[in-house]
Amino acid sequence: MSDTDFDVPKALTGTGGWLDDRFHGARGFRVLMRKVFPDHWSFMLGEIALWSFVILLLTGTFLSFFFVPSMTEVTYHGSYMKLNGIQMSEAYASTLRISFDVRGGLLMRQIHHWAADLFMAALIIHMLRVFFTGAYRKPREVNWLIGIVLFSLGLLEGLFGYSLPDDQLSGAGLRIFEGVLQGVPIVGTYLAYFLFGGPFPGHDIVPRMYIIHVLLIPGILLALISAHLFIMFHQKHTQMPGKGNTERNVNGQPFFPYFMAKGGAWFFFIFGALVLLATFAQINPIWLYGPYTPVAISSASQPDFYMGILEGSLRVMPAWEINFLGHTLSLSVLIPFALPLGIVLGGAAFWPFFEQWATGDKSFHNVNDRPRNGPVRTATGVAAMTFYGVLWAEGANDVLADIFHVPLYTITWIARVLVFVGPAAAYVITKRVCLGLQRKDREELLHGYESGIIRQLPNGEFIEVHQPVNEEKLAVLEAKKVPALLPGPGSEDDNGVPPPSSRGVLGKARAVANRAFAETIPVEADGHGNGHHGNGHAVTGEEPEAVGATGSAALPAGEGGEE
Amino acid sequence: MSDMEETEGAEAPVAPHRVIGTPPPSPRLLGSTAVAEPDAEAAAAVADGGEAVPEHVVGLPLDDPRVVEHGKRAERVVAACFTLAFFTGCGFVAAYVGLGVHTVDKTLRSNLALGLSLSLTLVLLGLGALIWVRHLMPDIEMTEERHDLRSDDKDRQTFEQTFKQGAGYSQFVKRPLIRRTLMLGTLPLLAAPVVLLRDLGPQPGTSLRHTVWSPGRRLLVQGINRPITPAQFNAPGSMITIVPEGYEDDADALTKAAVILIKFEPGQLQVPTRHAGGTLIGTMNWTVDNIVAYSKICTHVGCPVALYEQTTHHILCPCHQSTFDATTGATVIFGPAPRPLPQLPLAVDSSGYLVSRSDFTQPVGPSFWERG
Repeated sequence: MSDTDFDVPKALTGTGGWLDDRFHGARGFRVLMRKVFPDHWSFMLGEIALWSFVILLLTGTFLSFFFVPSMTEVTYHGSYMKLNGIQMSEAYASTLRISFDVRGGLLMRQIHHWAADLFMAALIIHMLRVFFTGAYRKPREVNWLIGIVLFSLGLLEGLFGYSLPDDQLSGAGLRIFEGVLQGVPIVGTYLAYFLFGGPFPGHDIVPRMYIIHVLLIPGILLALISAHLFIMFHQKHTQMPGKGNTERNVNGQPFFPYFMAKGGAWFFFIFGALVLLATFAQINPIWLYGPYTPVAISSASQPDFYMGILEGSLRVMPAWEINFLGHTLSLSVLIPFALPLGIVLGGAAFWPFFEQWATGDKSFHNVNDRPRNGPVRTATGVAAMTFYGVLWAEGANDVLADIFHVPLYTITWIARVLVFVGPAAAYVITKRVCLGLQRKDREELLHGYESGIIRQLPNGEFIEVHQPVNEEKLAVLEAKKVPALLPGPGSEDDNGVPPPSSRGVLGKARAVANRAFAETIPVEADGHGNGHHGNGHAVTGEEPEAVGATGSAALPAGEGGEE
Repeated sequence: MSDMEETEGAEAPVAPHRVIGTPPPSPRLLGSTAVAEPDAEAAAAVADGGEAVPEHVVGLPLDDPRVVEHGKRAERVVAACFTLAFFTGCGFVAAYVGLGVHTVDKTLRSNLALGLSLSLTLVLLGLGALIWVRHLMPDIEMTEERHDLRSDDKDRQTFEQTFKQGAGYSQFVKRPLIRRTLMLGTLPLLAAPVVLLRDLGPQPGTSLRHTVWSPGRRLLVQGINRPITPAQFNAPGSMITIVPEGYEDDADALTKAAVILIKFEPGQLQVPTRHAGGTLIGTMNWTVDNIVAYSKICTHVGCPVALYEQTTHHILCPCHQSTFDATTGATVIFGPAPRPLPQLPLAVDSSGYLVSRSDFTQPVGPSFWERG
């Protein structure tokens, strides 16, 4: 083969030899070069987050050379004439300096901010991908949990980061943060006074946030990201259902040179896109907001998008406050602060274990599920997205009211209703859609796909020709798995005694959950599904032949008799 | 697909073998049969552990003339991308050296030049690399076996034995005295982080209950920092922000002490007399000449309530839209704020200026546990 018909440069072989003499790396690195990475567009989402993080480290380092994390008051005499002679903190003044007096400073600031937004957005979309395809299942639960911690830390990192310039907008956000902290029962005022070094705003918060933002949280993020990647590497990547993809193999292209080149290209594209955004899309123009003062605020103040759910939760909440044994319990602050994110992130953390418990499925999963084949999971995910989305949109209720000319309070009332009704409706609709798509899959398996070719039969009847699906598609369709049905209520033995596993409140709950998970559109060879849910009837290999035998003349409206 | 064509014959029309609406399978031009057969060496590597071998290469052989021609074109495109990236990269350096900043316009120009050249450089490098992978490297597919993550029973047993042996050598189990005193000895260290954080800030004490307002302290108009007489503030429907004299620029003090002053038409203002726990917290007696003063700090989470609607007399917090009725003692009519805005008792001093009669009679701002 001519591709390897060249000499590796002496410098490279020499260095390689030198290193191998000392570290014994030849074997390990050979395996590493041949490490197979499956190819699917959705596997690039996590990479966006990874590369954004790298770009954040690069640009953040640049910014730290010029930023002065100090709240000492100075009088500004810089290039931005509109603020000339104004009293401001050194933090704000140095941010102005980065923006107007350091070449490339404005660009770096804007790349940094856009990269932070992209990091969080990519994390969200990556987590949704992992959730909807069931990629969090055994053996990958730990990596799923690490992801949730990364997201939570990212929230805090972002909040502290955009609060550093000490401008009017972020100062208001910080004041809200402090107000919420004060409301925490028992220790709230102490937490606030210790974090801010006394009453708000004090002079300590910027330097403290700075060291948390540039050292503490990035350090933890770096460690967790490394662990995340190492675990992914060690356990090998999941793959989508497809021809030749089994639970025991992984198909794709090797790390060297394919994944390396693709990953590198992806890094350049993401970096390039962020620089384009930073060039043309202004973000966080702190010189327009002015330095922070506690007596002023601008209307339509919005935090960065990832804080939107907290902002919306605060806005949607009615004024509930109770006096608990002579103490103030500020529910209108505590509930929005803890509950929505607690439900979404806590629920996400809990989910893999709940699913295992409900399905009784303790096996390994290396082939992902198609979202439609896990109706309960997909419906729950969409319900969570709806819940999140309603609160997120409510976080901009004043902007929405302005754009759509709807009274402000109406929007809040709509959100108050939707936050409960929306997720429930989303759950029901999504589950129906999933089952509907399963019916379509079943149709395709049994009767082939609609080819778009109309034929006239000898008796004059027109039919649409159905053709069997190709091998690739067949493999995808056949990859569907249905959770086994656990013994549930009504499964008493001959003496009328229910099995131990379905006794008690927990057992009954498990049986109910199990039935929900096992609901599926079974594929019967005769095309007459009888509505047995979850009998684990896997698609057998005969179907393609069956399709071939009936020829391509299946009835156009060939709905089987199921349900 | 070809099977279908053959069996169906000429008389049966054949649809393209894909679901309508999906993109056609991309033609895989590049490939090589040369590496299609896993060689013995690679197969041996698989046998002794975890390395993938090329399973098959998709597409045409590399020496096919179409592939050679395609490769030549792709090579030129990749090289063009990298060359252009060189020039835009030089442009970035040139823009840094050549374009200064220090004014808004110049910064704008510099930002545009730097950003455009840098983004072009990065995108071109990415594009070149991508075309390189997709159009020059043979399209191979590999299969790697997965191995059980769980160690086999023998390994687990050996591990257990080794651990037990080590634990036995350590005498940790046999000597509870050592075990317990070790735990005792490390216990105080756990408290160290908490103890060391104590000096981060002062204890809150009762400081959240008080502001710097005191009897006779003048109200200054924020911005110009001048005292004001009722006669000067005579336009009904207007609202201004007030800061306490002596603390005009003290952010810590203003966080609690900022006040809004609203003037009403005679008869409009109806502040009810209210008490909280025996303390008077609101009354008409604290107004002067239809002028009322409320805390500017929202009782929800502490944003300044900065919006005032003259026709409805509603005070609105722009953060979370808590809405207060200014005519009736700033009672909450919408939103998450749990309490009316505290009222500042007003009086007029001997020079005719507005002053505070006392501090607020209740804590201002957001709720806290000790508020009661």
